Amino acid sequence: MLSRESSATLMSAITAFLYREARLQDEHQYEAWEKLWTDDGVYWVPANGADIDPERQMSIIYDNRSRIALRVRQLMTGKHFTQTPQSNLRRLISNIELMDGQPDDGDIAVASNSLIFESSLRDDTLWAARNEYRLRHVDGELRMASKKVILVNNDKAIYTLSFLV
Amino acid sequence: MNMMTGVSPWERLIRPDRVHGSLYTDPEIFEAELKNIWYRTWVYVGHESEVPNANDYVVKSIGPQSVIMTRDEQGKVNLLLNRCSHRGNQVCSFERGNARSFTCPFHSWTFANDGRLVGYAFPDGYEGQDKSQLALGRVTRVESYRGFVFGSFAADGPTLKEHLGGAAETIDRLVRTSPDGEVEITAGFLKHRVKANWKFILENECDGYHPAFVHTSIFGVADSMIGKLYGGASTALTRDYGNGHTEIDLRPEFRKRDAPMSWFGTSEERLPDYTARMKTAYGDTAARQIMIDGTPHVMIFPNLFIAEIQMFVIQPLGVDDSVQHVTALQFKGAPDLNRRLRQQTMGSVGPAGFLLADDSEMYERCHRGVLARNPEWIFLGRGEKRQRQDELGFTVGHVTDEVPSRGIWTHYRKLMEPN
Repeated sequence: MLSRESSATLMSAITAFLYREARLQDEHQYEAWEKLWTDDGVYWVPANGADIDPERQMSIIYDNRSRIALRVRQLMTGKHFTQTPQSNLRRLISNIELMDGQPDDGDIAVASNSLIFESSLRDDTLWAARNEYRLRHVDGELRMASKKVILVNNDKAIYTLSFLV
Repeated sequence: MNMMTGVSPWERLIRPDRVHGSLYTDPEIFEAELKNIWYRTWVYVGHESEVPNANDYVVKSIGPQSVIMTRDEQGKVNLLLNRCSHRGNQVCSFERGNARSFTCPFHSWTFANDGRLVGYAFPDGYEGQDKSQLALGRVTRVESYRGFVFGSFAADGPTLKEHLGGAAETIDRLVRTSPDGEVEITAGFLKHRVKANWKFILENECDGYHPAFVHTSIFGVADSMIGKLYGGASTALTRDYGNGHTEIDLRPEFRKRDAPMSWFGTSEERLPDYTARMKTAYGDTAARQIMIDGTPHVMIFPNLFIAEIQMFVIQPLGVDDSVQHVTALQFKGAPDLNRRLRQQTMGSVGPAGFLLADDSEMYERCHRGVLARNPEWIFLGRGEKRQRQDELGFTVGHVTDEVPSRGIWTHYRKLMEPN
């Protein structure tokens, strides 16, 4: 159990980390965003609910670390037409909470809500999600070991989601 | 028919090597397509494996109409319209489940899962009413081919087998990828919406001209063998089966490689279980050929696209509003193959897919593009001079030729013109 003081320090570090991640995503700083991941990172955007088994059922994104790198490399080519030109993005991150029942391996389970405004060639699109993270201290820095993005409308037909969510 | 000129408007809009841009954007044409294509011809609805047990149901669609596919207690598959026969309320609001009956929440009318009206609230107000006249609407004809369930709202017309014609053989080829000879649709669907006309999707599925350009970003960074299949030197073919069905036949390239499972970028050694089961099921020689040839790349008009490792179902909602429902193909008796099929499918398709995000971007840009009316035409003449007939009499061309689009539009015109 953390003391109140160290808990406040941790929350402050986590909040800064999540805001930074959001800014890197909004500003398409792909390589800097990729550096936020641990070597075993998993990036998961489920479809058709929050609790599907991603090993059995289709997800919108279910990237292991090498596929995260591939996703970033595709964006970096400048010929991924769905992001050429890039979407204009701004997102709000809020409701940041440490989860009940922290993992006993030292990872930090944290959740937030996000609301993303995307302006693309198609139109303006509003995205809303619950984000669940496992963060880990690596060499004194916070890193993402997993990020699960539960889109509010992931059971419906959604438009192309080619920016980093 | 235009009484003044004797020329059908469709003849003016659809020519052998070009079609008019308004075919993609005119709301009246979209309404006419619903009537003459979606609500008349055979349309793919769902797969029998999605309702494996008695009383299972899954909600599907035909165009904008919601259709409940049920397996009733007798084991029969029904296609019921999701519309109460009383005041039109939708009777089913869940995507799937197991239910003997559906009760409308509005006035508590209850329908059996074969569509019969079994009861209504306060029945004394309906004295003398014949309940059999108030069943749920049904898709008029329902037939299935190797587990793929199709529906047609026309009481008469070609049988499903006649409609599939030469393309039925592609489904035969597909199911042989399973050692048990069966496809299973069990991995759930991604639903990818595009602000574009459905025919941009339909025509792109067997367009072998675009991959080298639209998908250059992923071919450049992934160790993909797909790019070469669609190059100028490729021996792969485009094929028009008639009735709007089209194919990209990659077998000539895979046969040159002569390596089992190369079609899926893997090898027999990496799939020992699967390889053993295939050899037991089909014998060494036939199994080897199946595993060299791979699965088909075929667009069954108007909405079922089998894309080697995944299946797309195209749904038009409006003239510029379409949904691609997509899932990994799964083959009965092939768990090690199925896992890889799911992983590959998740990477490549759906709203965030490495391939489909760019295809869908093209659909939307094309739709906005054709709102400009100079030139008025979409030019589809590629390979017209070099197309030929194959040994079965189907038109084939180079993999990058527009044989499929021309085939689709020839059939489209037949359906749209007054008989």
